[in-house]
Amino acid sequence: MVGVMIEYRIHGRGGQGSVAAAYLLAATAFHAGQMCQAFPAFGAERRGAPVTAFVRTDEAPIRLRAQVRTPHFLIVQDGTLLQDPSIVAGLRPGGGMVVNTTRPGDEVAAEFGCRALTIPATELAEEVIGRPIPNTALLAAFLSVTGLFEIASLSVALRDRFSGTTLERNLALVEKVAATIRPDAWKEPADA
Amino acid sequence: MAEHDPRGERLDELRRKFGREPLPPGADQKELTPREAQPRFRGLESGHRACQGCGEALAARLVTECAGPDVMIANATGCLEVFTTAWPQSSWRVPWMHSLFENAGAIASGMEAAMKAKGKNTKVLAFGGDGGTYDIGFQALSGMLERYHNVLYVCYDNEAYMNTGIQRSSSTPHAATTTTSPAGKERMGKRHLKKDLLAIVAAHHIPYAAAASVAYPADLQRKVRYAMGIEGPTFLVIHSPCPLGWRHDSALTIEVARRGVECGLFPLVEIERGAVTNVMPIRKVRPVTDYLELQGRFSHLMTPDDARAEEERAHLQALADHNIQTFGLRGDTPDAGDTQASSSVGRGGHPAGRV
Amino acid sequence: MLEAIEGSQAIARAVAMCRPDVVAAYPITPQTHIVEALSRLVAEGEMHTEFVSVESEFSAASVVLGAAATGARAYTATASQGVLLMAEVLFNISGMRVPLVMTVANRAVSAPLSIWNDHSDSMAVRDCGWIQLHCADNQEAVDTTIQAFRISQETELPVMVCMDGFVLTHTLEPIEMPDQTDIDGWLPPLEFDRRLDPSDPKSLGTLVSPDFFAEVRHSHHAAMIRALDVIETVDDDWHAMTGRRGGGLVEVAGDPEAKIGILAMGSTFGTLETGMEHAGAQAGRARLIKLRAFRPFPAAALRAACAGLEHLIVIDRAISPGLGGVVGTEVAAVLAGAPDAPRIHNHALGLGGRDIPETIYADLMTAVADPDGPAFSVFDADLTKLDPEDR
Repeated sequence: MVGVMIEYRIHGRGGQGSVAAAYLLAATAFHAGQMCQAFPAFGAERRGAPVTAFVRTDEAPIRLRAQVRTPHFLIVQDGTLLQDPSIVAGLRPGGGMVVNTTRPGDEVAAEFGCRALTIPATELAEEVIGRPIPNTALLAAFLSVTGLFEIASLSVALRDRFSGTTLERNLALVEKVAATIRPDAWKEPADA
Repeated sequence: MAEHDPRGERLDELRRKFGREPLPPGADQKELTPREAQPRFRGLESGHRACQGCGEALAARLVTECAGPDVMIANATGCLEVFTTAWPQSSWRVPWMHSLFENAGAIASGMEAAMKAKGKNTKVLAFGGDGGTYDIGFQALSGMLERYHNVLYVCYDNEAYMNTGIQRSSSTPHAATTTTSPAGKERMGKRHLKKDLLAIVAAHHIPYAAAASVAYPADLQRKVRYAMGIEGPTFLVIHSPCPLGWRHDSALTIEVARRGVECGLFPLVEIERGAVTNVMPIRKVRPVTDYLELQGRFSHLMTPDDARAEEERAHLQALADHNIQTFGLRGDTPDAGDTQASSSVGRGGHPAGRV
Repeated sequence: MLEAIEGSQAIARAVAMCRPDVVAAYPITPQTHIVEALSRLVAEGEMHTEFVSVESEFSAASVVLGAAATGARAYTATASQGVLLMAEVLFNISGMRVPLVMTVANRAVSAPLSIWNDHSDSMAVRDCGWIQLHCADNQEAVDTTIQAFRISQETELPVMVCMDGFVLTHTLEPIEMPDQTDIDGWLPPLEFDRRLDPSDPKSLGTLVSPDFFAEVRHSHHAAMIRALDVIETVDDDWHAMTGRRGGGLVEVAGDPEAKIGILAMGSTFGTLETGMEHAGAQAGRARLIKLRAFRPFPAAALRAACAGLEHLIVIDRAISPGLGGVVGTEVAAVLAGAPDAPRIHNHALGLGGRDIPETIYADLMTAVADPDGPAFSVFDADLTKLDPEDR
């Protein structure tokens, strides 16, 4: 997809680090040599409320300031958000979603009629980081399955943002997830 | 930009610049007015537009005189600002700034922060009337005290909005008449109590909060000097009669102020870190009527054979008695020659007569 | 160095590079990230400033005024209700001609309560006597913030740097961050002659009788007009050092030969550019005019930028109820009387944070073609949400 602006939408709940995930994804693209833009759907939400954040990456500087309406990719930080079918609203044909859930990927793919990848990111985060913050694991999975940017660029972005034990554990989590997800490991919708 | 100067050198420089020059040999001493002949620093120059007998003008002169030249002043809107500055004239011999009615505390905070940033020792003073301090500027004052700015805030308390024409403030005493608390068939003047601002200020647990009166200039200046020596927020409320608003003879300003203290209605107390550490005792306690009878704003209380007036007089007497009892104002020495100097008693913390 | 950084963090770093003596601020969404970042820089010892956490915006403005009056470099930031609470002090600051810089993270004004972006706050204080510069992206916001300190010093006028709340403040994007050493060389120390100084006592903020008030106001106005040159010169100087422009007074993009122009302030501009890039072939290409200096109002530069236009769409991000758009009305006023003045189509857009999609470009261009179109509209209002009598 070189030369095309790619748009991403991140769904999560307040407190799960959805805005941080957006900033990390944009910073990853930046460290991979791309231009980027990340911003939250600015709300007054408290912990636990659904929140949305947007990311754009492109070769060229990004001037557009509108919210992302037709994303290429979705990152869903909380499986319970799949209760709302409109979560895939505007998802482009051929797009895909990476979801933090223990449900099988083909089931989610079938339900929403799009490519999907599921990982138990909360469990993985609790195991490796010691906190139920799924964003790093999901980003690692997303980068592995799409191959958009090097995992190393995510590591650089993490180093800019964290330090000490938090950084070490996040890097370990990225490594662990990246080792398990094959490129293009999407589950296709059954009818595709 | 000026660099940091050790305090001593800076003061010397300022004294040289603004101090009175020594008279050349043979100069005619009689050409000087007594005021001009005074060797001390004058922060507020004469020639301003205050009314005759203005307590606030006197108090501001006393404060700036002993605060010295190395100060800057943030002045709230009010009489003091208006009568001292009409452009292009100004009575101030120290850097002075008026911004708004309700922000003297915050303006002073900013000046102090800047002095700190530049490593200067210049002391910041904030001046406000009771309207600008008890009422509209109360929040900015509280913020200034809480943030522990090194500012001496002086409230010139004349117990009403005099600049706008004598309207009631939260400092107006109970039963006093103003243009917005007139006496009539249904009302006996202000229906509410005077706010105990000193207690509220003291509740910020600042190093020093005190009350003073223009009737006791030496005591007033001692308190200013003491506050000037403290690094941190300090507060002084000065009882400053307003002949126009209190409706008394302009020549009686000092007498009215003195009776206010002597009857117990305006106790001169000093509070350090929240605890009362000193009070000015009253040698001979007067009845409040001695204070009320001089002022037109209380004239409706002096009507003979009026039950309502009698009740309000009793009410005010009770307030004075309460102050006397609470602060232990009754002086024990029957023969104190001078109320302010000789019978000032320390109650722990600091000895009497400190500077 | 190009960094991927959130707008607010970048602004805080830009402010820190200007080495203010005093910073005072009070939290309000969406400005809060800026002062939080500044307090972190202070806490980490990376910035040496007196940081005063005040008890209200009213005191924030008052503290920086008090500090600036002593000749200190001072900074504050706010938004929305905070701007309005400061309003009295803002007039006071400019009336005393004290140099100061303030960031406004533009946000709507209550009621109804909205924490989202539009220009109601800075528009409400358009007459407060401050220079008002509007930034289209975070790079411009960083560059303008640093320029603002110099403009303010050179003009003895306070400068309000307006950036769209959330849309810019909360957006992470690549920003070229200047070098501290460059800024130290470019921004001279503040020398404020009228400062409060015990060695040379002055009275500031005195009562002024009718004999002098008109002259004071005239000189303030004259200084604002002179500031037009300063804003341009400072931007030129900045360009000489960094190779970037902050936006001058007015910038023109798009098709210079176009007969239709679209004028906007702030971040809407980028969306219009993208919209034209994608829909220009069908909808037609326009001349895009970015108004950076709202106060002083650059009449001559606007006339030049609008020369040859038949239609000018002016976008307002606020509304003056009972009038319409303020920017639209003012642009119409400065173009009035010109022999070939364009017809003005004034639209309010994105009020209270309504998302402005890139399709807005084509929609605006279509609306121009309607000869019976209204002189003013709230362009993206969905009137079906209202009772018929309220439409």
